[in-house]
Amino acid sequence: MMKIFLLILLTAAVYVLHQDFWNWDKAEPLLFGFVPIGLAYHAAYSLVAAALMWILVKFAWPAHLEKVEPYREDNQTEGKQ
Amino acid sequence: MIPGLVVFAYLAIILYIGIFAFRQGKATGEDYFVASRSLGPYVFLLSLFGTNMTAFAILGSSGLAYQRGIGVYGMMASASGLVIPLCIFFIGTRLWALGKRFGHMTQVQFFRDRWECSFIGTVIFTLTALMLVPYIIIGMMGGGHTLETLTTVKDTAGNPMMVEVMRNGQAILEPKHWISYELGSAIVALVVMSYVFFGGMRGTAWVNAFQTVMFLTFGTVAFVLIAKNLGGFDHIVERLAANPKTEGLLTRARISPQEFFSYTFIPLSAIMFPHIAIMCMTSEKVTAFKKTVIFYPLCIAAIWLPSVFLGLVAADQFPGLKPGESDDVILRLLTANTGIVVAGFLGAAIMACVMATDSQILALGTMFTKDIVSYYSGAKRLSDSTVVWTGRIFVVAITVVAYFIALALEDKAGIFELAIRFAFSGFAAMAPIMLAALFWKRSTKWGALASALWVAATMAGSWYLYEMSAGMAPKPGQPLVQIFPMLGDLFLRSPGNVLVYGYLPVMPMVLGSAIVMVVVSLLTRPPSRATVEKYFPSDSAPVTIIRRGGSRNH
Repeated sequence: MMKIFLLILLTAAVYVLHQDFWNWDKAEPLLFGFVPIGLAYHAAYSLVAAALMWILVKFAWPAHLEKVEPYREDNQTEGKQ
Repeated sequence: MIPGLVVFAYLAIILYIGIFAFRQGKATGEDYFVASRSLGPYVFLLSLFGTNMTAFAILGSSGLAYQRGIGVYGMMASASGLVIPLCIFFIGTRLWALGKRFGHMTQVQFFRDRWECSFIGTVIFTLTALMLVPYIIIGMMGGGHTLETLTTVKDTAGNPMMVEVMRNGQAILEPKHWISYELGSAIVALVVMSYVFFGGMRGTAWVNAFQTVMFLTFGTVAFVLIAKNLGGFDHIVERLAANPKTEGLLTRARISPQEFFSYTFIPLSAIMFPHIAIMCMTSEKVTAFKKTVIFYPLCIAAIWLPSVFLGLVAADQFPGLKPGESDDVILRLLTANTGIVVAGFLGAAIMACVMATDSQILALGTMFTKDIVSYYSGAKRLSDSTVVWTGRIFVVAITVVAYFIALALEDKAGIFELAIRFAFSGFAAMAPIMLAALFWKRSTKWGALASALWVAATMAGSWYLYEMSAGMAPKPGQPLVQIFPMLGDLFLRSPGNVLVYGYLPVMPMVLGSAIVMVVVSLLTRPPSRATVEKYFPSDSAPVTIIRRGGSRNH
């Protein structure tokens, strides 16, 4: 339960970090001398998003879905009901 | 002409991929529509990403960054880099499992069965199809325009050769092209139709994977060559910062915090696009989603970062372009700074994005075949061969209709572009329906129906407000205008949008859709216990499937 709570908290924190209001009116410092800080922040944010997804895959992967049995033709639920 | 030849070589390659996929395929509906649920992890990642890429990712994002600055990346790309993988992780994996377990190939099949209701499926089919068609038409138009532009005839000085043509009874001068818009659209339509017709989902997925690899490769090469030719970017950024007219491009001065926040809701649309949802059912194993969700944000960054930054570079190199004129700044930069062959390759890559219509056409074909024809005729009565040919005939029909609309309404492209903008919000606002179906046992068909009607009504309402307030739209840099002064800031008009208390309509649309779903579900009768058990089996219990006749399979 604690694990789920921490993962929810982490995901929410990453979502909130997207709103970097502190960089709103700033162009400097320039990363590598030409990338404005607001753009550099969100480039780094993309890496953080990838890291978050890695953490979710590692600790919250829906492993039960790997055991799903394929459907059989006679189990189809199509057609008017 | 060389860029045109490169594009034709590209078209030939993807046609070959489609035909090759046809040879590998089996003559079954499941193979044609979902590639027998057999895609490996890398093809799955690349094709899912390629399917979700549109021409906007490169042309539109650079043009928008030219006008509004670096904030475009955070607003559209990094938000998508978080929300889309989350949707694929939580929703895509479940859709895959449901497809595998019950044989579903479309969202509508799932909704109908989950809520024991035919009508809800028909409503969502209609809404989804109406919102998807404008994408196909715009793709067709984009293909024609791109081929026309890439085959412009130039004189020895490199300027376009002009010819006299009659427009509305008046003689005007226009650039001469080897391939006209009409012929270009026809070529694109024919190529897309051919590989979707023959290759089905396997062909479409392979073509999309090829396109993604090509786009990432040549996009990077083009960026490096432009940087080299311009002697680096440091001095360009210095010039932009020193000019009061352009210094705002290096910050988010031209984007409001409310708009920036609202955009985090837009990527919810991704999983509700039928072509993305159907693509989620093509993976061989659910573990293929692992690589996809981890690499998705990185793929988005690899495409969008250079595109947005080159928009800034273009603001320095070609100042003074108006919105609309700035959409082709990438092509201008390439023409001015790279060899003609590289420009041709990137032209082919842009064509790849424009041709994202392939998966949309196939998705419509799949929905029409499975949700309408098979459903209303009863699946047992249709052979596999009939199902596949129904899908193929629909692919031809939708392509031909889209082509003629693209010809007849070329000058009305703005209407379809506007429709796409509202459709994005509409698809996003349908996400609560999917979430409720997957995760909330107590959700009901009435809740889903009310939510779908809310989406349709708010989409139509925001379009109406947009049109009726067009005359009072402020110019860029001017303050927002109250549409109904007696309602205060409830409905505001910006240069390009209608806003609700400063936020984009997508935000109240999504939140409202969720509230309507919850309230109406709680007020109405829940689905039968058998259906709830079918979709929410306890961990230890065997999966129980109810036959139409009422008997059970264990």
